[in-house]
Amino acid sequence: MSGEHLNITLKIWRQNSPNDNGQFEEFKVSISPDASILEMLDELNNNLEREGKRPVAFESDCREGICGTCGIVINGHPHGPLPKTATCQLHMRNFKDGDVIYLEPFRAAAFPIIRDLIVDRSAFDKIQQAGGYISFNTGGAPDANTIPIGKDVAAEALDAAECIGCGACVAACKNSSAMLFVGAKVSQYALLPQGQPERYKRVQTMVAAMDEAGFGSCTNTYACEAECPKGISIMNIARMNRDFIKSKIVEQEVDI
Amino acid sequence: MGWLTTSLNRSIGKKFVMALTGSLLMLFLIIHLIGNLTLYGGREAFNGYVETLEVVKPVVRVIEVILALIFIYHIFNGVRLWWENKKAKPDKYAINANKEITTFSSRTTIVTGSIIFIFLVLHLSTFWYQFNISGHPETGSFEFYDIVTYWFNQPVYSIVYIIAVLLLGFHLNHGFQSAFQTFGWNKKRYFPTIKLIGTIYALIISLGFASIPIYFLLTGGK
Ligand code: HEM
Ligand code: SF4
Ligand code: FES
Repeated sequence: MSGEHLNITLKIWRQNSPNDNGQFEEFKVSISPDASILEMLDELNNNLEREGKRPVAFESDCREGICGTCGIVINGHPHGPLPKTATCQLHMRNFKDGDVIYLEPFRAAAFPIIRDLIVDRSAFDKIQQAGGYISFNTGGAPDANTIPIGKDVAAEALDAAECIGCGACVAACKNSSAMLFVGAKVSQYALLPQGQPERYKRVQTMVAAMDEAGFGSCTNTYACEAECPKGISIMNIARMNRDFIKSKIVEQEVDI
Repeated sequence: MGWLTTSLNRSIGKKFVMALTGSLLMLFLIIHLIGNLTLYGGREAFNGYVETLEVVKPVVRVIEVILALIFIYHIFNGVRLWWENKKAKPDKYAINANKEITTFSSRTTIVTGSIIFIFLVLHLSTFWYQFNISGHPETGSFEFYDIVTYWFNQPVYSIVYIIAVLLLGFHLNHGFQSAFQTFGWNKKRYFPTIKLIGTIYALIISLGFASIPIYFLLTGGK
């Protein structure tokens, strides 16, 4: 298809194990502009394996921007410099011939590095398990529109539910705050009727789990929103704050 | 009370404390500025204003204690948050892209806050101390207007004052909208308006306070 190959210098974070001191290793690659970043890494790894060297460890699954598994900090931007684009959807045509590209793992105390570009994001699972669900059985799927929900409300809930749990918000935040993620998870239920019975308990348990996992506190710098591949709005953080404060003052069901 | 301390020590609780104490301080700044602007009315106007305050001294003392507690809680909590947040992000990226996507004001609250704190100590040990306890540094008189001219006719003191209130402006530019977001009192619809009002507020406060030493440096006072 299009154009010449691009000559790119890669500086990739190499770290053998969680307690190792990592450092950048340089690679020169020549790559088609149609390849994605991950395909470039696949090709690099093929070559490394052929030479008997250890391939670069990175994660991916769907490669279509919906699973949240991939996630590399590219030139300082989680998921790369293109807005609302996951790493797997970022193509080399967004770079120029001769570019130097830094590839690093998400950095946060709550996301320990496992190897190279892979971090342990199980802290997010713990937050989800603390309340990111509806605990009663809803039975079979009801007919559409049996519970009327306004279009604008539904749209806002679905916007929040777009969060793929990738952790880029934590990676982008100077405080490693997870509030965009938790705000989205809290909001997707807080907006819909099904989420109401546990609404104020949920926000308390999820915030408690977030704090225990060692994420920082939001200082409202909004780097998360700028880097989120799904464009999750910081208004979800405002909603979480609002519900948390309400849960403590007027709507409190339990003390957590 | 257990639930209250637990709640205020949660991440959102600590943020709530920052926003609440910060908002009260922002309210205080407006009142403080209005009072100071009487300096433009000359000796009579300013001394008259300070003497009115003397009449209600017990009330002023109570407010001062409350203000001190608010300041202490704001500073203690701010430093604690800064320290915990630093620990949550021990390693930095090779390229810092945060500069492109966040505001200068929002990244520097601890720096501007710390400088405000140093200035506050200076401010209290000069104006507050001399208005309340020692009087004019040379004559010992409680001629308030003269104490003001004494300090603001010194370029070094005035320049430090001006720099401090300009940095305060950055703190407020971030803090105003941040407090709304922290309280959860925020919607996409009116967020741009909140930001704008915050910037106007920060400009009024910092330029308002800064104008006074500039006025004294230029005119020497009335
Ligand atoms: C007249 C003085 C002050 C005013 C009006 C003020 C106001 C504010 C406001 C409104 C906020 C935003 C709260 C929020 O994030 O929701 C804030 C944040 C902050 N202030 Fe102040 N402040 C003042 C003095 C100080 C001082 C002396 C310090 C000393 C260290 C300080 C440190 C901080 C820090 C670190 C934050 C960020 C907290 C965070 O977002 O986690 N401030 N301030
Ligand atoms: S809020 Fe955005 S950046 Fe954060 S986990 Fe969800 S999708 Fe990823
Ligand atoms: S691999 Fe699934 S989102 Fe990128």
